[in-house]
Amino acid sequence: MTDGRSAARGVLRTVLLLGVFLLVVGVLWEAFKWLFGDPWRLDDILGTGLSYYHQPPFDLLQASDLQLPHLWSIVGALMEPVQRNQEQTLLGYLVSAAAYTWAEALIGFAIGTLIGVTLAAIFVHSLFAERAFMPYVIASQAIPIVALAPIIVVGFGRGLTSVVIIATYLTFFPVTISQMRGLRSPDPRALELMRSYAASRWQVFWKVRMPASLPYLFTALKVAAAAAIVGAIIGEGPGGVKDGLGRAIVNFNQQYITGPEKLWATILVASITGILFYVCVRIAEAITLRRRGSTSA
Amino acid sequence: MSSVPVTPPASDALAVRLAGVHKSFPVKGGSSTVALEDIGLDIGTGEFVSLIGPSGCGKSTLLRIVGDLIEPTAGTVEVNGKPAHQARIDRDYGMVFQAPVLFDWRTVEANVRLPLELMTGAAGADRDRRVREMLDLVGLADFTRHHPHQLSGGMQQRVAIARALVFEPALLLMDEPFGALDEMTRERLNGEVLKVWARTGTTVIFVTHSIPEAVFLSTRVVVMSPRPGRISEIIDIDLPQPRTEETRESERYFELVTQVREALRAQHGGGASAARARAEGGIG
Ligand SMILES: Nc1ncnc2c1ncn2[C@@H]1O[C@H](COP(=O)(O)OP(=O)(O)O)[C@@H](O)[C@H]1O
Ligand SMILES: [Mg+2]
Repeated sequence: MTDGRSAARGVLRTVLLLGVFLLVVGVLWEAFKWLFGDPWRLDDILGTGLSYYHQPPFDLLQASDLQLPHLWSIVGALMEPVQRNQEQTLLGYLVSAAAYTWAEALIGFAIGTLIGVTLAAIFVHSLFAERAFMPYVIASQAIPIVALAPIIVVGFGRGLTSVVIIATYLTFFPVTISQMRGLRSPDPRALELMRSYAASRWQVFWKVRMPASLPYLFTALKVAAAAAIVGAIIGEGPGGVKDGLGRAIVNFNQQYITGPEKLWATILVASITGILFYVCVRIAEAITLRRRGSTSA
Repeated sequence: MSSVPVTPPASDALAVRLAGVHKSFPVKGGSSTVALEDIGLDIGTGEFVSLIGPSGCGKSTLLRIVGDLIEPTAGTVEVNGKPAHQARIDRDYGMVFQAPVLFDWRTVEANVRLPLELMTGAAGADRDRRVREMLDLVGLADFTRHHPHQLSGGMQQRVAIARALVFEPALLLMDEPFGALDEMTRERLNGEVLKVWARTGTTVIFVTHSIPEAVFLSTRVVVMSPRPGRISEIIDIDLPQPRTEETRESERYFELVTQVREALRAQHGGGASAARARAEGGIG
């Protein structure tokens, strides 16, 4: 059977697509710099004694090296020490910060998924519960996270707990909505079939609704993975967590005038962290759904 | 209807007893559609009864009432001497729809096993043996580990039949199970259904659009007329058992096919309306 192979191919396609996306962003970035950025020169190219001078045709403040550094400057900054007379490179520092943030996001993601799946199961089985509580679930998402984060910190204190709660808050909503659709997705005739077997609600839930909902659940989890990372980064500021990417962004933001490369490098690492989390969920999806006929690409 | 010829069931024990069954569906605006009117029918244990009639005459509705998937507006439904609801709780029904309705996350084997998983009593080893026997019976022994999407439409429908019979229900309800299949596959599956029926002794109610199919399979054919749905005629199919390919070529078979066709035509008063009925119902 070729199910395993086609699942692997699906994941590979996703990764390839993301790689192409990053490449396109990079090319556009440098094209922008080429047209609007600061002039630059290369002396003695590869020891040939030749040199090259580039004078962009237009001049735009937003494209200057102090706003939008060259990609090679960003990569170069990653290899430099974080601070003078420190041994750790910026890359090393950011990777450990990313790992910390990911851990926070993962806890929030897990709790948020659990809450979302539970709420969906309750709402699908009780019209009363849906009518009574669904409006609050929706209203909760109307509060901007930047306003909510400080309130949560006031309530739960500075530290990991608050950050996890914020990641949870951003995760549970897409999961609830998508999972409700998933639990309602079975063919009415499948439910009729279960009725003809005099199956209990519990049996219908575990044998039909839950398995049928998995493709919907994974769709939500892919959205939630990125959202949980964003939530954790945002929460680290007011939460006073020092070890994650959020604090790195705040720090390097303050050093922006002298060196924008560090901030951009942090943003790059944060994006890659989100993408890696997404890819992990995508792989879990491919493995879980590999035997189904209608596996998503 | 007093003109309906009352044929005594094949056996003393009654599998299904319908009396004065009436069903209307509410329609937007306060009125209602009468789907079934005054249905009375007795079916003996071990019979194979087909329901035939143009689209919308209430065949599916009647089947769903027998299976306690919906309730009649009036009248009584008894299955094996008890109310339909109790029969459903007792797991007396096997059901097969026009679409196979298989679960794509389960293998063929696991799909057939599903009803046994829901019912306490069957032990693991016994369960597996019964699943294997059923898959043998419908000729799918080599496909137990496949997933539904890897099978043809005809094979999927055979899985659905195996699943409906694996817990040995007393009554098999089939709603146009082969309606979506090509003629060749349909004829082969007709033979298989009869084999299974002979082997298990299950009572079958079989809804179809096809006159040849109804005559070939049944011990009795119930002809229905639309708006409102009624039983217009019941025709005994006295072809010898077991039915084979020779049955399809026998003179009596052609006579009965003609008789059923005329019964369907008669309800429309012949002529133009009969042609319309054929076109609507896809009969002929
Ligand atoms: N759930 C329902 N709600 C409203 N009307 C229905 C419903 N089910 C069936 N009907 C109506 O009852 C009549 C009989 O339908 P059905 O039993 O499906 O016919 P058949 O199976 O013979 O084609 C039709 O007029 C149909 O529109
Ligand atoms: Mg129908």
